[in-house]
Amino acid sequence: MDLVLIQLLNGIQYGLLIFLAASGLTLVFGIMGVINLSHGSFYMLGAYCALTLTQFTGDIFFSLALGVPLAFLFGVIIEWLFIRHLYDRDHLQQVLLTFALILIFNEVQKILWGSYPHSVPVPGYLQGGVKISELLSYPYYRIAVAAFCVALALAMMFVIQKTRVGRIIRAGESNREMVEALGIDSRLLFRFVFAAGVALAATAGIVASPLESVYPGIGEPVLIISFVVVVIGGIGSIKGAFLGALLIGIADALGKVYFPAFSSSVVYALMAAVLIARPGGLFGRAA
Amino acid sequence: MHNKSRITRRDALKLAGAGAAVAAFPFARPAIAQGAPLKVGLLLPYSGTFAALGDAITNAMDLYVKQQGGKLGGRTIQWVKVDDESKPERAVENTSKLVEGEKVDVLIGTVHSGVAMAMAKIAREAGLPTLIPNAGANALTRSQCAKNIFRTSFGNSQPGVAAGKAMIDAGIKTAVTYTWGYAAGEESVEGFKQSFLAGGGKIVKEIRLPFPNVEFQAGLAEIASLKPQAVYSFYAGGGALKYMKDYAAAGLNKSVQLWGPGFLTDGVEKAAGEAGNGVKTASHYVDTLDNAENKKFRADYNAAFKVFPDVYAVQGWDTTHLLDIGLKAVGGDVSKKDDLFKAMRNAKFNSPRGPFRLSASQNPIHNFYLRELKNGENVFVKVAATDVSDPTTGCSLA
Repeated sequence: MDLVLIQLLNGIQYGLLIFLAASGLTLVFGIMGVINLSHGSFYMLGAYCALTLTQFTGDIFFSLALGVPLAFLFGVIIEWLFIRHLYDRDHLQQVLLTFALILIFNEVQKILWGSYPHSVPVPGYLQGGVKISELLSYPYYRIAVAAFCVALALAMMFVIQKTRVGRIIRAGESNREMVEALGIDSRLLFRFVFAAGVALAATAGIVASPLESVYPGIGEPVLIISFVVVVIGGIGSIKGAFLGALLIGIADALGKVYFPAFSSSVVYALMAAVLIARPGGLFGRAA
Repeated sequence: MHNKSRITRRDALKLAGAGAAVAAFPFARPAIAQGAPLKVGLLLPYSGTFAALGDAITNAMDLYVKQQGGKLGGRTIQWVKVDDESKPERAVENTSKLVEGEKVDVLIGTVHSGVAMAMAKIAREAGLPTLIPNAGANALTRSQCAKNIFRTSFGNSQPGVAAGKAMIDAGIKTAVTYTWGYAAGEESVEGFKQSFLAGGGKIVKEIRLPFPNVEFQAGLAEIASLKPQAVYSFYAGGGALKYMKDYAAAGLNKSVQLWGPGFLTDGVEKAAGEAGNGVKTASHYVDTLDNAENKKFRADYNAAFKVFPDVYAVQGWDTTHLLDIGLKAVGGDVSKKDDLFKAMRNAKFNSPRGPFRLSASQNPIHNFYLRELKNGENVFVKVAATDVSDPTTGCSLA
């Protein structure tokens, strides 16, 4: 296979992973208006959860089935304890509280799992890969993850566009008072959305854990790139996050090959370009 | 002068402030008072990708001091820790916290070369006894050397020189380098090129990845298309683990040998599992080194922390050992700087890594070993080079 094609494939695969991490952030930010800096920590907790659960279950997909409901429940608890006090406060206080959560989760991670890097095994039936050039093979697990991300993206778009829950979420995003006036408990809605955001971040962490090595601070780069995705895609838009993440993935992979000296800034150059052309992001409302 | 008899809040604050100052004075002690604890500032990463390294270094130093009854040179050792997060942009602030804020007597740090460069600049100006337990930036013991700065780890080029030589010895003629594009990676490659090119090897391409990016796929695809005999890579910690796994998952481990400095596998041997099999590294330490110091150190460390020490722990151990030698020579009085530095510079001891002494620019002269990773263990292959020293280029001490 041609080198450019291989890099394109790498970019798309990386983009899909970023989408998974960013989708939860865009929901929480877009619908609830909460800047959640601790999003990366939920990704990290997901990855560490995968590490522990896989030691018991032996298979990353069992860990996923167990871990996601756990993460959702955890999200409900965190929302009830902390986040619900933030809705009527300004962004600075949201930043303060969620930053504090990062510090707390980092410390908890260190106490529970220590600071050495770990790795999570790829299940036996996904070992190996497809040969795509003389020396290079593409791991089956990466293909499985890509497929999983696409399926999840489609499912999310379906839920948001076609179901009653989705309609309520969209209504909550555009006019919260009106939704409340129609007799819908927005507190419950917000709790659900936040927990879903946490579950999505944890899902990303779990699914990515066999690809990554699991180590302290694993969530921080994820947080930064997720914010870039949200800004490029338009705040609150799942479709935007999907396209934004793919763009970033491809820009990053091709940037590394063709502009190696600038590869760390390619992504931000892309963000700047999008913001100049469409200040609200690709699918955002005009700012 | 107060016209009002009522005490305002401001007056109360003044009173409290004065009271605090008075209360503090009797306890303010001269820095060299016998029996007063020696404040040792630790500027190390306790979070982020190098957290495990910071912990290993700290554990070993703590173990050394505990074995000496909590004292070095008659002074009780008091650690003051600051997490530098491996962030160069916060290095000045974090170093100042220890040097100016805490007024430490001795400074020990750090892992990240960029952070260490900023730290060393402050340390040089303050003239504070400073020991570097890991960061390998060449300049620290070349152009930026100073009589108060000692390194107990290595210069970044040293393992590269040893690896390049071992690769030539193994009959390798073509190689690609794929490393993090920051000081440590660049200098590691510099050392590698030095001996690999001198031995008649050819470098097909140098690929760089911004630190601490761990998305390796693009470079791996490029390596596969270039088809060299071997790859020389510098990564460390969590990034190194992911790199070895990605390298194996891409199937490259079957056709292109992976070489590097020891940091590529140190601390992640077990976690790498099968993916790490066959990775060859040059390091100044191997777990299985057959010397009395190493055996005792490994047993003691394992007893204390329920885990076996790695090269970073060894460096931490040697750091306190060197400090101990210095403090003993001056009876714990760090104000006798000339004698302290002289004793440290001339120190010669048996480290768990083998014989240890310092060069004129105060960088270690030590052996390098070739190791191969097999089923979660770095297996000793041979001594790759003995008494390796780093050039003292531009150092005023040399």
